Amino acid sequence: MSKKIDGNVPQGPIEELWDKHRFKMKLVNPANKRKFKIIIVGTGLAGASAASTLAELGYEIDSFCIQDSPRRAHSIAAQGGINAAKNYPNDGDSVWRLFYDTVKGGDYRAREANVYRLAQVANNIIDQCAAQGVPFARDYGGTLANRSFGGAQVSRTFYARGQTGQQLLLGAYSSMMKEVNKGKIKVHTRQEMVELVLVDGKARGIITRNIITGEFEKHSGDAVLLCTGGYGNVYFLSTNAMTSNSSAAWKAYKKGAYFANPCYTQIHPTCIPVHGENQSKLTLMSESLRNDGRVWVPKAKADERKAADIPDEERDYYLERKYPSFGNLVPRDVASRNGKQAVDEGKGVGATKVAVFLDFRDAIKRDGLDTIKEKYGNLFDMYNRITDEDPYSVPMRIYPAVHYTMGGLWVDYHLQTSIPGCFCLGEANFSDHGANRLGASALMQGLADGYFVIPYTLGNYLVTEKPDQNKIDTDHPEFETSLKSAKDRFNKLLGINGGRSVDSFHKELGQYMWEYVGMARNEAGLKTGIKKIAELRAKFWKDVKVTGTNDGINIELEKANRVADFLELGELMARDALERPESCGGHFREESQTDENEALRQDDNFCHVAAWEYTGDNKEPNRNVEELDFPNVPLTQRSYK
Amino acid sequence: MSDKNNMTLNLKIWRQEGANVKGSIVDYRLEGVSPDMSFLEMLDLLNENLINQGQDPVAFDHDCREGICGMCSLMINGQAHGPERETTTCQLHMRKFKDGDTIVIEPWRAKAFPLHKDLMVDRSAFDDIMSAGGYVNVSTGNAQDANSILIGKDKAELAMDAASCIGCAACVASCKNASAMLFVSAKVSQLALLPQGQEEASTRVQNMVSKMDDLGFGNCTNEAECEAQCPKGIKISNISRMNREYLKASVTAHH
Repeated sequence: MSKKIDGNVPQGPIEELWDKHRFKMKLVNPANKRKFKIIIVGTGLAGASAASTLAELGYEIDSFCIQDSPRRAHSIAAQGGINAAKNYPNDGDSVWRLFYDTVKGGDYRAREANVYRLAQVANNIIDQCAAQGVPFARDYGGTLANRSFGGAQVSRTFYARGQTGQQLLLGAYSSMMKEVNKGKIKVHTRQEMVELVLVDGKARGIITRNIITGEFEKHSGDAVLLCTGGYGNVYFLSTNAMTSNSSAAWKAYKKGAYFANPCYTQIHPTCIPVHGENQSKLTLMSESLRNDGRVWVPKAKADERKAADIPDEERDYYLERKYPSFGNLVPRDVASRNGKQAVDEGKGVGATKVAVFLDFRDAIKRDGLDTIKEKYGNLFDMYNRITDEDPYSVPMRIYPAVHYTMGGLWVDYHLQTSIPGCFCLGEANFSDHGANRLGASALMQGLADGYFVIPYTLGNYLVTEKPDQNKIDTDHPEFETSLKSAKDRFNKLLGINGGRSVDSFHKELGQYMWEYVGMARNEAGLKTGIKKIAELRAKFWKDVKVTGTNDGINIELEKANRVADFLELGELMARDALERPESCGGHFREESQTDENEALRQDDNFCHVAAWEYTGDNKEPNRNVEELDFPNVPLTQRSYK
Repeated sequence: MSDKNNMTLNLKIWRQEGANVKGSIVDYRLEGVSPDMSFLEMLDLLNENLINQGQDPVAFDHDCREGICGMCSLMINGQAHGPERETTTCQLHMRKFKDGDTIVIEPWRAKAFPLHKDLMVDRSAFDDIMSAGGYVNVSTGNAQDANSILIGKDKAELAMDAASCIGCAACVASCKNASAMLFVSAKVSQLALLPQGQEEASTRVQNMVSKMDDLGFGNCTNEAECEAQCPKGIKISNISRMNREYLKASVTAHH
């Protein structure tokens, strides 16, 4: 049973939507705000910015993170930068252009109204972060520096060396700590959300598991904000942190929140290639490197010569050749697919032959070693540490890796999921990037949601709740039911006592995902993938071996819980990819491509969001549909020629 | 090394069930270590072996494995984050060790960091210090246009150097006094160097230092071990700057 669903977007000219809507939304009386307790899961850019801003407004905040401090959330690893349409460089940027580029970059699979709002508030983010003391890069006159970034023809990216995510997160974290000091935020570290609690159909709390003691805890509130990041670790190898997981979002899905466009994953073109089978994760090299580095492979197959011995005329600078106007700066999906194609043709480089070159020889010749060192020094050092090669003298080897997931919990214009009172912010939601995210837009969206959207839309929800008459505490039977179901699940995992480690299942799942639901997908492969994942899931519940007990620290048990959810999510991703036979952005179906092997959308049938609705274990979920229309950015075939 | 995958290591690892249980060094022999593995991937391999033998794996903290989140730790042969300069444990690679090496692995040890299990300790004291003043009091929505605050490039770079701290606490672990001065001074310096931080400069340094003392961290006696072992190259000149800020705050304070 497929339903039509509505994103609750207000009507009117797009430039005025958010301002007018902010006026229309109801406000919570300042004296009442302290009566509302808000649960915020996750402390990345979205969670930390929401926690600090809502605390400043007067709400009581319970903040949860899996790490030992909120400062360690994986937003910290973002390197390149954050976009905003300040137009400081006077090079033709505007809110409209940022909006336009983001809709087009997302291959027309995002909601226009959300994207416009994102572009509008982006400028406020830069102001806010600068005021917090975020040490953005500056020019000699003391003004902020900008650079251009993957896919953009204007310089709109603000940065702090190669550590922009770190500095923005530490800014949001310090804002949180300011409110901790005032007693408005209570931080619960080393806690993992294991259940969402609904009372009368509304989100009213969560069950967590304390990673240190193994104890389960009940927490109630007036609303729950899930800011729990993406699900790239379903592939086992990705650029996500080791504990990044989908479980909080998955619990919400199983309680009725729709999961939108799970097949939209972003494969980042500039990662350090895999070295061997004991590899635990992949490391991204900022794509700012593509501003000065040139991507190439040898023209000849299986060329065993060193890079320096291959003369220019025998090199194929394939991005510059195929896309003369964007060259090495084509969007991530285009760069990734072309990299894979070169390797598939047998032109890969390095010991494993599963890599392409990213070469700084010409940039060093042009700008001098010192300039390149100043721009990219820390990235070059990192590359050197990992690979033991000096990128100043030999070209880097890079290969695509799973990096970001555009899909996530479906939210309306208010960032509310299909469960009333359950909101979802940042990478964990599906909203703003469509089928492909542009570089330097993830940080922008996380902070936009937390600093500038949720403070308004959450109030509009809470105003309908009566804090005095409607208090739910953790003695409510729904908390007991959820607590029991969480405990049962962990006990079940401990009781299987099979023969295979959790990681071995996770790695096998990752192989199926990469092979069948990876960079290029087709019907037969997806069907095989669905079958294999289902078989693996059945094996997991019979044969996984979880050592230890439920008391105290048990890392294997934590991992088993997350992998069990990945084994379900992976299947939904494959199913979503199968039911979307078009190509768009990061979702490439081999059956739907142009003569030049570019992604070919099928707007007549698929210009919509697929929002999956859980119907029960091992039952086919419903594919609900939110239609998308593009009155402001006319649908065109993306072309980066 | 003849074969790429033939390193065998003798590991001496601190095992301790919990804060109130006695711990000890336990010996493990690990075969099949590739020089391309990171140090934590080497421990993953050990844990996979332990799990397959039905034993409890070694607990250690880690997350991003890119050297930026500050979650990983470990005293490796007596050095915080091991032998490589300006490198976190997760970015340390086994090619820095030799076949047959003995490697001693211990947790961060400091009074302010109670042990959770094996190699995991509780560093929440750092959050407590941050909440005492490691911020600019600016609520969302208050900000002027970002370019209305001009900051010279040199000053911005110095502030960024200090802001690079990842809060891993290697400075505390490597200091014989278990002093947190490098960590605290990095945040004090970042905000003291920038115009945004000026209004609260006095109260910030006083509150953060006082919290640091309350939590049981030691004082600085200029050994500079912290600088030598900091994975992000934070300079002890930040400690001098913090001391100047502290003095300035003390003599200008309103009583």
